Amino acid sequence: MLTKTNEPVVQMRGIVKRFPGVVANARVDFDLQPGEIHTILGENGAGKTTLMKILYGLHAADEGEIRLRGKPVSFTSARDAIAQGMGMVHQHFMLVNPFSVADNIILGQPSSRKPLMDDPKLIHQRIRTLSEQYGLIVDPEVEVGKLSVGQQQRVEILKTLYRGAEILILDEPTAVLTPQEVADLLPILHRLTEEGKSIVFISHKLDEVLKVSERITVLRDGEVVGVTPASDVNKADLARMMVGRDVILKVAKEPAQPKEARLQLTDVWVDSDRGLPALRGLNIEVRAGEILGIAGVAGNGQSELEETIAGLRKVKSGQITICDHDTTRSTPRDVGRFGLAHVPSDRYKMGLLPDFSVAENMFLQRIGESPFTQRGVLDWKAIHQQAQGLINAFNVRGATVNTPAASLSGGNAQKMILARELDRKPQVLIAAQPTRGLDVSAIEYVHSQLVEQRDAGLAILLISTELDEILALSDRIAVMYEGEIMGIVDAADADIDDIGLMMTGSKPTNGQTRGTL
Amino acid sequence: MDWSQVLQWGFVIALVTAGIRLAVPVLLAVLGEIITERSGILNLGLEGIMIVGAAGGFMTAYYLETGPLAGLAGSWSAWLGLGAGMLAGMAMGLLMAVLSITLHVDQVIAGVTLVLFGHGLADYFYRLQFSSLTARVTGLEQISIPLLSDIPVLGELLFRYDPTVYLTVFLVFLTWFFLFHTTWGLNIRSIGEHPAATETSGINVNLGRYAATLIGAGLAGLGGATLTVVQLGLFREGITAGRGWIAVALVIFARWRPGLALVGALLFGLADALQFRIQALSQVERGVGTLPYEFLLMLPYLLTLIALLYRRGRRDAPAALGIPYTQDSH
Ligand SMILES: Nc1ncnc2c1ncn2[C@@H]1O[C@H](COP(=O)(O)OP(=O)(O)O)[C@@H](O)[C@H]1O
Ligand SMILES: [Mg+2]
Repeated sequence: MLTKTNEPVVQMRGIVKRFPGVVANARVDFDLQPGEIHTILGENGAGKTTLMKILYGLHAADEGEIRLRGKPVSFTSARDAIAQGMGMVHQHFMLVNPFSVADNIILGQPSSRKPLMDDPKLIHQRIRTLSEQYGLIVDPEVEVGKLSVGQQQRVEILKTLYRGAEILILDEPTAVLTPQEVADLLPILHRLTEEGKSIVFISHKLDEVLKVSERITVLRDGEVVGVTPASDVNKADLARMMVGRDVILKVAKEPAQPKEARLQLTDVWVDSDRGLPALRGLNIEVRAGEILGIAGVAGNGQSELEETIAGLRKVKSGQITICDHDTTRSTPRDVGRFGLAHVPSDRYKMGLLPDFSVAENMFLQRIGESPFTQRGVLDWKAIHQQAQGLINAFNVRGATVNTPAASLSGGNAQKMILARELDRKPQVLIAAQPTRGLDVSAIEYVHSQLVEQRDAGLAILLISTELDEILALSDRIAVMYEGEIMGIVDAADADIDDIGLMMTGSKPTNGQTRGTL
Repeated sequence: MDWSQVLQWGFVIALVTAGIRLAVPVLLAVLGEIITERSGILNLGLEGIMIVGAAGGFMTAYYLETGPLAGLAGSWSAWLGLGAGMLAGMAMGLLMAVLSITLHVDQVIAGVTLVLFGHGLADYFYRLQFSSLTARVTGLEQISIPLLSDIPVLGELLFRYDPTVYLTVFLVFLTWFFLFHTTWGLNIRSIGEHPAATETSGINVNLGRYAATLIGAGLAGLGGATLTVVQLGLFREGITAGRGWIAVALVIFARWRPGLALVGALLFGLADALQFRIQALSQVERGVGTLPYEFLLMLPYLLTLIALLYRRGRRDAPAALGIPYTQDSH
């Protein structure tokens, strides 16, 4: 850290980038000192990715100047940037799934015996050496598609290191990781800076930003709001800079007043797509007026649970009831009639039709009913009127009734889905990963809606891999591991360490029995 | 007809050698299409490219053998014809590339357009130049590989062909080696799976796709020229008889692998040879119980269809096949 007085390795001055209809970067200044971790913080759409793509040569800036180690540069492709010692780990991984780890890493790298590829043994050896040096352990010969998300991210980082990167850009590297994986990643970043690398870290999660970075640049609507050492600010300060107003970080809620059971799963067994047991004798019960949170590391049966209740997956044995109706073999349509609403984890694949308009997305499930259809003919006036009502009520910004759903931002798309699901006056709501990829203000909104609905008597099953979210919203917390409930605890006296242990498969110590209420 | 004739030893050998020959034009097109599709471009225009290659190749060889230039090229005229067929194919490939890669025309539509255009082009030039249908070229001499060709049965089956057969076998190996053991091959495969990832690794996606499309079309053109210049020695309208389409299907059968392409093309070639032979036999002894020859004509295509059913699904297809790439999409 003595290098701090050196000249910056990266200097960006007055960067302007316009896309049709938006100014993604408006005169942005940014610099990176050697050996530092510098976070770019900002809500979705603030222009973080755009700024970094400009630095990495994937976008050309409309205005502005970039200096690398003091020298002006203008990259026209990633190749130039890589040659200058830059590496970028993209928000959406840039990995070729059917290729081996090694093939992904050497892609685009010159070979010493062109046109032949380098000797695989040599490549594997080099990768292993790098792996050990930085604690990024991964088998170079295995197919990338078979790796977990956390391991894939290691491959991405290794890729940049193998290509000789001295400056690393990590675009929202923690967005897809489990808490454990995040905990593993942060020390690796420190190891990298100790070795003299400089890191641009992008995130909108305040805790980890404060933990990992030395300096923070906050972007809002394409402009720099401020640059500050991490030690001078707290979460509330950062949230205010990001959003431009005070943000409630804690969800305000009264103790729950649970009533009758609305959703019950009794000894439910379900297979995964690959035919392996995904839910193994699951027992849960959600009551009116409470939020039951399902905590767990991704891939422990959460998506199967979601699909099973929604009528999208075949139940092998056991029973599901929704409001006293047996829905074990029901179709999604019937489940909906019995009072279930579903905010799916995969917003763009399951939650909406991207090419359809907001109005169509809002009422497609009920399109045959009055007032949307009169005597077999769509009544567009009524549809648009109802849709506009929901757009206003749920503050779906940037949307008219005719806007295609695909052009909504993540937060507004989620508001549209929430509006649709809640407008059906459901008895039970499954909210799966309801805030994944959303910015602070959208998260705030979704959370307050869930609590409000709970208070109005809705039974809510919250499935989330964000432990913070589970802790903030749930009245009771069930921890899921390999398709089983390891234990259920009251949120009021939940012990984070106990929950963490259960998430990794240990049984609880305080006498709670496994798999019951 | 007398089925015992079919089962005679000499007949089998003749059938297999004919099958191997007939496999060559299709196999060349399949190899080319494997490279093209591996880069993510679905070139459905093979039939049109093959026929343009067939016409271009034939006319070049013909004018080098007869007409004012006769004798100039000597025994090289067939080779030059093959080269011309390949170039003609590449010109068609360039058209496909501009349409689909630069102009983002839907690849299915661009491919089908190419087929129609190819047929029209080939027929037009052929009719313009030839008033009679008697024009022929001599083709290439058979090369018997010393020693090996003297092995009983095996020698006859494997080592007495014209050079394009050996060349094609070598190209199977070369295509496999190119795709899986060179950096270019890695780049091409990566472009077809995940173009954005490839671009971020500093590789020019569209350049790679242009190259793969040109190589693929060149091989298809060569396949067409082999058919007319070397195997038949003549050109007719529609002479490729759907071989380009068969090639498209065989790429799927082969799961985008050159080795399996060899197997698929041989199956097609054998079915085609069988069809010819049974037809010839039936003509000699027309009688009750003869299969209608239309059915026989259908045989190789039917076989391809069955092979496709057996390999249904796109599990092995390049993930980005048929999807246009723009820089903004990452
Ligand atoms: N390729 C593109 N074409 C058009 N608009 C874009 C493109 N990339 C980003 N934008 C827009 O630019 C703004 C900033 O986006 P981005 O840099 O991705 O934000 P962040 O990474 O901070 O979430 C957004 O409004 C986004 O819609
Ligand atoms: Mg981003």
